[in-house]
Order: sequence, then structure tokens, then C-alpha cells
Amino acid sequence: MRELFAFGETGWGDELLAGLAVTLQLGVAALLLGLLIGFAVAWASLSRHLVLRCAGFAYSTIMRGLPELLTLFVVYNGIGLLINKLSAFVSPDSASPEFSPFAAGVLALGMVFGAFSSEVLRGAFNSLDPGQSEAGKAVGMNTRQVFMRIKLPQAWRFALPGLGNLWINLLKDTALVSIIALNDLMRMTKVAVGATKQPFTFYLAAALIYWALCVLSEFGLDRLEKRANRGIVNR
Amino acid sequence: MDPLYIITNYGPRFLDGLLMTLQLTGLGALMAGLLSPFLALARTSAPVAAQWPLRLYISFIRGTPLLVQLFLVYYGSGQFRPLLQDWGLWNFFRDPFNCALFTFVVNSTAYQTEILRGGLMGVDNREIEAARAVGMSRFRILQRVSFPHAYRIAWPALGNEVILLMKASALASVVTVFDLMGRTRQVFSRTFDFSSYLWAALIYLFITVVFVFLWRQAELYMTRHIRAGNTVTQGKQHHG
Repeated sequence: MRELFAFGETGWGDELLAGLAVTLQLGVAALLLGLLIGFAVAWASLSRHLVLRCAGFAYSTIMRGLPELLTLFVVYNGIGLLINKLSAFVSPDSASPEFSPFAAGVLALGMVFGAFSSEVLRGAFNSLDPGQSEAGKAVGMNTRQVFMRIKLPQAWRFALPGLGNLWINLLKDTALVSIIALNDLMRMTKVAVGATKQPFTFYLAAALIYWALCVLSEFGLDRLEKRANRGIVNR
Repeated sequence: MDPLYIITNYGPRFLDGLLMTLQLTGLGALMAGLLSPFLALARTSAPVAAQWPLRLYISFIRGTPLLVQLFLVYYGSGQFRPLLQDWGLWNFFRDPFNCALFTFVVNSTAYQTEILRGGLMGVDNREIEAARAVGMSRFRILQRVSFPHAYRIAWPALGNEVILLMKASALASVVTVFDLMGRTRQVFSRTFDFSSYLWAALIYLFITVVFVFLWRQAELYMTRHIRAGNTVTQGKQHHG
């Protein structure tokens, strides 16, 4: 057992670790993109303009209703086809550039995270007390200051539990990207299985690593929540 | 891109895949739904020391990707082939549909148990005391008071879980089950026509919309005696 997971030429420890690094990079990149999309969509859903509200609602409803795997294939194959067409149009003689599975993974997972987080953020901004923003304006803060100093810190507090759950889902969804041939933890496990013919051992190892990541995340989120709520007196 | 060509030539394939997706989701959710009340009851009433295997199982299922769970069952069972053959289980685990369904049941049971546990904890203690006071046995209380109310509380969350399971069932295509996703990938690999994915998206959204409607109707039926407009209940509320 020990030599199977050893580092170096003989074991698969270093390969799995390299896969884990890709998984984490993918997760963090998709989280950042997803938060950006989430804020934009939440802003659109809370807007005064009907068209923006409808667009926000349509985006979050459709993206939440589709299987993540389908979204991944739509992004990967769709943008792949688009790049092929574009490059054939621009320079018909040269071979078209490859669309990297990593970029496809970040984009697809980010889009999914954006749809779910927009709902969490919308709820968080909705539950703010409007009197506080008015008070901010009354003491002479401009819109930016009201947003940064009053709205955002409080919305963050309301949104954190929801966003934490979404982060854990995102971490688990990164495993899907192995299907489009990105060398993440899941795919490196598959390679190890192919070489050693010990599928149960290695998939169990992968499962334990994902489990550890999720438990660690929960621990970290707990601390973040405590910090976000530090100004709140328990009644 | 030619959506009409795709649906006229490959429509039956999509329909085939749709039926497989419905079958996987329906059977998976139903079987998990049969197991979860017992586990939820154990989770709320069993001695704390006896609960740790259950807690470990739920934490493992919630903390690992469904894809890993599926591979653990489908490919992992191969490592124990001689043993499974001895027990006569190998024929079961050799079939990708069985493996996918088994994984979905094990996965959804964990989630449904947690949801239902929340429902059971939401039942007001005074209702149970009242039932005890009129002389109901423990089983009668569970049957007539605790579970009916727990299901009413948990119903929307259970609906969400079924939708999540429906979306997750697309993973079965990775182990060669021809569900809607599997058929879509097949059609795309033959035609390289992007609209095959758009049709799949439409069908998935359609399933969700119909399901949400039906689930909501069931909820209305379950709560018909406590909704506004029911004079008996309103009268009771007025008199405190």
C-alpha cells in the first residue's frame, strides 16, 4: 500500500499531488470569476430597469436548471467550434488554436457559481435595512462609500453561509473537468488506476482527499463567519 | 447549426435518453425516499453513540464528488470481482445502469435523510405531547403527527433535492449509460452540430419546469387544511 502512494518514480503520490494543485487552481479561479458574475447578475436582478431584471432572472434560472456537465460541454465544445470558425475565417491555412480545458472549466464552473451566488447575494442585499443606507447618505457619504462601508460588510455577513455551501459544491464539481481531459486530481487518479489496476484503492484515496478539502473548507468558513459576525451581539 | 435537422433525425434518440433520465431520477429518488425516513428517525432518536456510523456516511457522501462515488462503485467493484462473483453480486455491478442507480440511491439517501431530519426537528414538541396525552402509541404518533408534519416542512427542500438528482443523473453518461446527456453526446459526436446541446438544455429545463409545477401541486394538496381560506383553521387561530 505504501509504495502505491509513494512520491517519485514508483509511486503515485506526487502525481496525485500535482492533480490536487490543478483542482485547487481551478476551484479558486472559478470562485473569483463566479463571484464577479454573481455580483453582476445580482445587481441586474435588483436593478430598476425591467430589461435588466428579466435578464438577471433568465440567467440565474436557466443556469441553475441545467446539469453542470451539460454546461461544461456547451462551453468546451461551443467555444471550440467558435474558435475553429473564427480561425478558418481569419487565416484559413494555419491550424486553429486549441481551446484549453482549464479555461473551459473555469468559465463553465464560474458561470454555474455565478448563477447560484447571484441568488444568495440578491437575498443578502435585499435583507439590508434601507434606513442604514439613508443614515449613511445623511452623514454625507457618497454612493460608493455607502456601498463599501455599509451595504457590503452587512451583505457579506448574510451571504457567507450560502456562499460557503456553494464553494463546497464548486470544489466537488471540479471533478467534472476530468471528463474533458484536464489533469486534475480526478484524472490523475484515473491514470494511476489504469497503471496499477487498483480502481477501488485509488478512487477511495481521491474521495478521501476531496473529503478532507471539504472538511477543511467547512472549518475555514466557520472562522470566516465568526469574524464576519464579530460586531454582532448575541441576544 | 441546424436545429430542425437535428430534432427530425435524432428526435427518437433524445426521447429515448429522456426516458432513461426520468427512470434513473425517478427510481433513485423513490428508493432513497423509502430509506430516508428510517435513517432520519435514527438520526433524531437513536443514542448519540450509535449515530456515528450514520454521521460518517452522511459526511462522506456530502464531502465527495458524485463522480468519485460513481467511479468507486462502477470501476472500484472490479477490484473485488472474485469476491463479488462468489456472492453472486458480480452481474449486478457489471451493469453500468445498476451502478449508476445504486450510487444515486446511496447519494440521495444521505441528502434526503438530512432534509427530513430538519423536518422532524421542526415539529413542535407540544404536538407530540398532545398526541401522547390523547393516548397514541409511539408508532401512531410517528405515523399521524411527526412524519406528516415533518414532510410538510421538508417538502420544498426535498423537491430541490430531486431536481439536483435529476441534474446529477447526467453523470451516468460518463459510465456509458445512454441517458439524455449520453444521447446528446452521441448525437454531437456524429454531427458536430452545436444545436444538439441546445435541444438537451431545452429538454432539461422542460423537465425541471414540469416537475416544479407538479411538486407545488402536491404541496398545495398536503397543506390544504392549514391554508388561508379554510374557515375552520382561521377560527381556531382567532381563539388562540
